[in-house]
Amino acid sequence: MANASVTLPKANKKGWRDRREAVNAYVFMSPVIIGLLVFTLGPIIVSLFLSFTNYNLLNDPKWIGVDNYVKMYGERLFWQSLRVSAIYSIVSVPLGMTIALFLAILLNRKMRGIYTLRSIYYLPTVISGVGVAMLWRWIFNGQYGVINTLLRNIGIKGPNWLLDENYALIALIITSVWGVGGTMLIFLAGLQGIPVEINEAAEIDGAGKWAQFRYITLPMISHVTFFNLVLGIIGALQVFTDAYVITGGGPNNATLFISVYLYRHAFQFLNFGYAAALAWVLFLIVMVLTLFVFRSSPLWVFYESERQGK
Amino acid sequence: MTAVTRLFRTRTGQERLLGFATMSVLLFGALFILIPFFWMISTSLKKAGDVYIAPPQWIPVEPQWENYVTAVTRLNYGVHASNTAIIVFFVMIGTLFSSSFAAYGFSRLRAPGRDTIFMILLGTMMLPGAVTLVPTYLMFNSIGWVNTFLPMIVPAFFGNAFYVFLMRQFYITIPKELEESAMMDGATVYHIWWFIMVPLSGSILATISVFTFVATYNDFFTPLIYISDESKRTIAVALTYFQGSPRIGPQMHLLMSAVTMSIVPPIVLFIVAQRYFVRGIVMTGIKG
Repeated sequence: MANASVTLPKANKKGWRDRREAVNAYVFMSPVIIGLLVFTLGPIIVSLFLSFTNYNLLNDPKWIGVDNYVKMYGERLFWQSLRVSAIYSIVSVPLGMTIALFLAILLNRKMRGIYTLRSIYYLPTVISGVGVAMLWRWIFNGQYGVINTLLRNIGIKGPNWLLDENYALIALIITSVWGVGGTMLIFLAGLQGIPVEINEAAEIDGAGKWAQFRYITLPMISHVTFFNLVLGIIGALQVFTDAYVITGGGPNNATLFISVYLYRHAFQFLNFGYAAALAWVLFLIVMVLTLFVFRSSPLWVFYESERQGK
Repeated sequence: MTAVTRLFRTRTGQERLLGFATMSVLLFGALFILIPFFWMISTSLKKAGDVYIAPPQWIPVEPQWENYVTAVTRLNYGVHASNTAIIVFFVMIGTLFSSSFAAYGFSRLRAPGRDTIFMILLGTMMLPGAVTLVPTYLMFNSIGWVNTFLPMIVPAFFGNAFYVFLMRQFYITIPKELEESAMMDGATVYHIWWFIMVPLSGSILATISVFTFVATYNDFFTPLIYISDESKRTIAVALTYFQGSPRIGPQMHLLMSAVTMSIVPPIVLFIVAQRYFVRGIVMTGIKG
């Protein structure tokens, strides 16, 4: 008892200090907590609810069960938008990452002018937006655009890129390659994190350049590759500005990305319920793909700490 | 011939050849990056009649500098530029304040549930914006904020997951001794945040600033859905109305003048603050 009466005030004092620290912590975190509730978690739940309703701003939301999802299933344009987004992602993400890695390897050496070159490659990412999209429209112009002019100089008759449904999506993929600078710099940071000694040791042991790349570089940057892949997938499935400005979803819906389809339903037809259902489908697709990449990562992503552990 | 074979044989020769090949590929790629800019500036300086001709003039015979003046007047460029500046300014203030403030709580003060909240916050980075889009729009609509700048500005004051993360990682590296001695002198945690942590985080705040500037300046979707008055449009939105408008018609030379002007601020920022861009990206890559 005597012991307890001595320790009790101390514990109380500590408890009081802890509580004060916790209160301060919540005050500091409050912008984030409020932001999460009001701008993220709340809207996620509301959008799930709206996806089961018919709502157009004029009347109250009317509960219609899974009708939006059923309607979506039978909608040709929905499948078209899935197809467009899938093709775009499957082509542009690996293509962009390969080119970015290739450039990063080339730029990862000491040469005169190398910093200027890195800046040039990164430049498109700081100005990505409507201006550049407008510029691409003009570049792809079938008759007077710079691409077809260059092609004509080497004797090829270029297609009417943006007005031809077989080429419009290809044009948007080319546009996306122009902006690989960000991915390239992340790869470059990864490459610079590889200790030079490893490659030197491998070279002494007689490993060729390709073997060094395959068995040293690729595993050593695999966490960066993983990061770029996750970001790339999430980004590619949400492309909006380019599709909206350069092709407007056309011609004949050849570039109708999910985001453009969703925008039309929400802000042109005011089908808020249907748009919310579309958003949820997109959300699930992104989640499944991200989970898949995360789950597969132990097979191909190599972490420094793991190596030290073994 | 022998000189070439010798170049292949010797080690330094191989290195030089490899260097040469690398440089050629890189220069060719740089050309691919730069030609669109060249084409843009070239078109922006042409006479209306010289735009739609094939083969094109690569360098305009008589550069029409007054195209820029015409574009500014026709597009009301000044109005859109000041709208953009107002939005960018407040978004930067909000982002810097909320990210650094919240990060202090996440990095230095213990509270039940703190790490769970942090994990949820990080999880939202992977959330497609589309999921919150419709309810957020309806919410702003119901409180009368549609067609004002508030839907762009206010959310910035409630933290950005990625920047909170960057700030937190930075605060963790600051030694605690400074804070402890300040605490002895009776400083509160709020003083410590403002007078010790914030002044120490100049470079990371600069990094966040440049990324926020670029993202907000280039943002198209948010102002597109929230702004309807022409006088409230940002540069990004105004540009899309420029070429289609019946008032102006497809005057590509003027459109390209406007586009050129629109990309000047981010490019200047990039040139001036390049190391902050690079630092931010390096941090991203390493943390990934």
